[in-house]
Amino acid sequence: MSTFEFLLQGLVSASQPMNLVYALIGVTLGTAVGVLPGIGPALTVALLLPVTYRLDPTGSLIMFAGIYYGGMYGGSTTSILLNTPGESASIVTALEGNKMARAGRGGPALATSAIGSFVAGLIATLLLAFLAPYVVQFAIQFGPREYFALMLLAFVTVSSAFGDSTLRGLTALFVGLAFSVVGIDQLTGQARLSFGIPDLLDGIEVTTMAVAMFAIGETLFIAAQGFRGPEIVQAVKGSVWMNREDWARSWKPWLRGTFIGFPIGAMPAGGAEIGTFLSYATEQRLTKHPEEFGHGAIEGVAGPEAANNASAAGTLVPLLTLGLPTTATAAIMLAGFQQYGLQPGPLLFATNPQLVWGLIASLLIANGMLLILNLPLIGLWVKLLTIPKPWLYSGILVFATLGTIGANPSVFELGMLLAFGLLGYVMRVFGYPIAPVVVGLILGPLAEQQLRRALAISQGDVTYLFTSPIAVVLFVVAALAFIVPLILRARGRGEVLSQMAANED
Amino acid sequence: MSLDHPETSTEKRRPDWAAFAIAAVLAVIAAVIFFDVARVKGTAGYSQVGPATVPEWIAFGLIGLAIWTAIEGFRGDFPKRDRQEFGPVVWVVAGLAAQMLLLKTAGFSIATGILFALVAAGFGRRKLWLTVPVGIAFCLAIWLIFAGLLQLSLPAGPLERLFL
Repeated sequence: MSTFEFLLQGLVSASQPMNLVYALIGVTLGTAVGVLPGIGPALTVALLLPVTYRLDPTGSLIMFAGIYYGGMYGGSTTSILLNTPGESASIVTALEGNKMARAGRGGPALATSAIGSFVAGLIATLLLAFLAPYVVQFAIQFGPREYFALMLLAFVTVSSAFGDSTLRGLTALFVGLAFSVVGIDQLTGQARLSFGIPDLLDGIEVTTMAVAMFAIGETLFIAAQGFRGPEIVQAVKGSVWMNREDWARSWKPWLRGTFIGFPIGAMPAGGAEIGTFLSYATEQRLTKHPEEFGHGAIEGVAGPEAANNASAAGTLVPLLTLGLPTTATAAIMLAGFQQYGLQPGPLLFATNPQLVWGLIASLLIANGMLLILNLPLIGLWVKLLTIPKPWLYSGILVFATLGTIGANPSVFELGMLLAFGLLGYVMRVFGYPIAPVVVGLILGPLAEQQLRRALAISQGDVTYLFTSPIAVVLFVVAALAFIVPLILRARGRGEVLSQMAANED
Repeated sequence: MSLDHPETSTEKRRPDWAAFAIAAVLAVIAAVIFFDVARVKGTAGYSQVGPATVPEWIAFGLIGLAIWTAIEGFRGDFPKRDRQEFGPVVWVVAGLAAQMLLLKTAGFSIATGILFALVAAGFGRRKLWLTVPVGIAFCLAIWLIFAGLLQLSLPAGPLERLFL
C-alpha cells in the first residue's frame, strides 16, 4: 500500500466517533494545562499521561497526540500574554508577542500564532507521513551498532551540545543513566542497584521521574524565590482577528518557519529550539519593517511559532521510525508507548500500521480541532492565567501526585516523587538542565541493550562498533557535537549555545 | 539566575564548597554502582560483556565528572546562585510528606487536601482553617471524576467510602 492509502486508512480509523471524542478531550486538556504558567509541553504530557492509562492503545495514543499539540498551543498563549521567557519552548514568541500584547495587539498575536501553528502542524504532519516510510526503509538496515551510535549522538546533543555548560549537561545525563540501570537487567535477569527493595526491581518509572523533576522541582524552585511582585497578565483588547495587513505579513513567515523547523526537529540531533531562533533571525533579516522588531513585529511571532510546531512534529520522525526520543517531551511519549508494550521503530510500522497511521492521522485532526478551539475560546484560556499563584501551584502538585498515585498507589512511589522533586530543585538552583536526566533514564536501557547485542555479536571486540560506515559517520557527528561546543565555550562564544538551549524539551 | 549579587562578585575566585559537595555526591554514586555490580560480575558470559559492564562505564563517567566538577569548583567557575528562601520549600516538602504518610489511612481526598493547603501556605496563603477544607473538597471532586469516570485506582478513605 502507498503512504497515501495508509494515511487515508488512518484518517478513517481516527475519525470514528469515539476516537474523535478522545482527540477532543486530549486537545482540551492539553491546552488547559499547557496554558498554565510554568508548565511546558513536556510537563503537560507527563502530567496527563496517567489519564490515558485505562484506554486501549489506539484511543490512548490519539488522546496523547491531542495533548501534545494542545500543550504546544497553550504554551504560546502563556508566553504572549504573560512575559515568562525561559519557561518553555516559546522563548522567542515571548520576545515579540508580549510586546504586541502590551501594545494592545494581543488578539492578532494570538491569532497569528494559532493559525501559524495550524499551518505548520498541517504541513509538518504531512511531511512526517511521507518521510516516515523512507526513514523506516533506511532504518531496516540498522543493526545494534548503528542504533547504539544513533543513541550516543542523541545523548551528546541533548546533554552537552547546547546549554551553558558541557560539564553540567553531561552530569545531568549521567545522573539519568545511573538511575536507568536500576532494576532487573533485561538481558540476564540479574537485579542491579535495587538493594533488595522489591519496588525498585521494575526500575524507576520515567513518568514519576519526569513529573517529580519538572513539576515538583519547579514548584519548589518558584517557592524558594520568595515573593517578587505579581506577574502582569496582558488583557486581550480589541479584535482577535487579524486584519489584511497582518495576513499579508504573516503567511510567508509561517511557511518559512515550517521549513526551517521541520528538518531541525526531524534530525536525530534535535533536542533544542534552534528552529525558533533561526526563524526569528531570518524574519528579522527579511522583514520590510525592521524598526518594529523588538517592539512587537508580527513576523517575529508568526515565524518562530510555526517553526516551533513544525519541529515538534519533526521530533516524531525519529521517535516513530527509530524509537529515538530527542526531546524530554518525546521521551515521555516513548514512555506512553511502552506502557502498552509497544516499542516505536521500523518494526512498529510493519506489525501495527493501523496504530501508527491512526496516530499520524489524529495529529492532523487534533491540529484542526485546536484551531477551532483556540480562536473563539481564547478568553477562557486567558482566565486560567489569572489563577493566583498559591492555588495554581497547589493544583499542579495535586495533579502531579494524582498521576503517580493513579499509576501505582504506593507510599514508596510517592517517596521517590518527593526525592526526585528535591533533586530537581537542587539541580535548578545550581543551573543543571533537567531534560538530559529524563532522556538518559529512558534511552539508557535501550542504548545498553543495543551495545551489548553488538558486543555479543563480536564476542566482546569493541572495534566491531566502528566497522559499519553508517555507525562511523554517526560516531563522528557525535564527537563533533561534543567537541565543537567545548571549543566555542572555551573561546567565550558560549552565549549563543546557552540561548539555543531548550528549557524543557 | 542573573540577579546582581554584590557580595559574590568580590569572592568570585574563591573555591566553591557547593561544587565540592556535588563532586562528592557524584563520586559516592559511582562507588555505590561499583560496589553493587561487583555481585553480578561473574555472569559476563563468553563475550566478557555482562550486566556489570555498562554500569561500570557509567560509574567511570561519574568519577570523571566528579573530578571535573571539583576542578571547576576550585577555580570558582560555578555559576552564581540566587538567594533561596527555605521557609516555602519546607512547607511544600511537608505537604508532600504529609500526603505520603496519610494516603493509606486517610484516603486520597484528605491526604491530598492537606498537601493542597500546605503548598498554598508555602506560597503565602497561611489560613489553614480555610485552605484545608477547600483542598479536601477540591480533591474529593477530583476523586469522584478520576476514580469514578476514568477508573484510576485512587485509595479510598473514610470520606470516599461515603460515596462508594
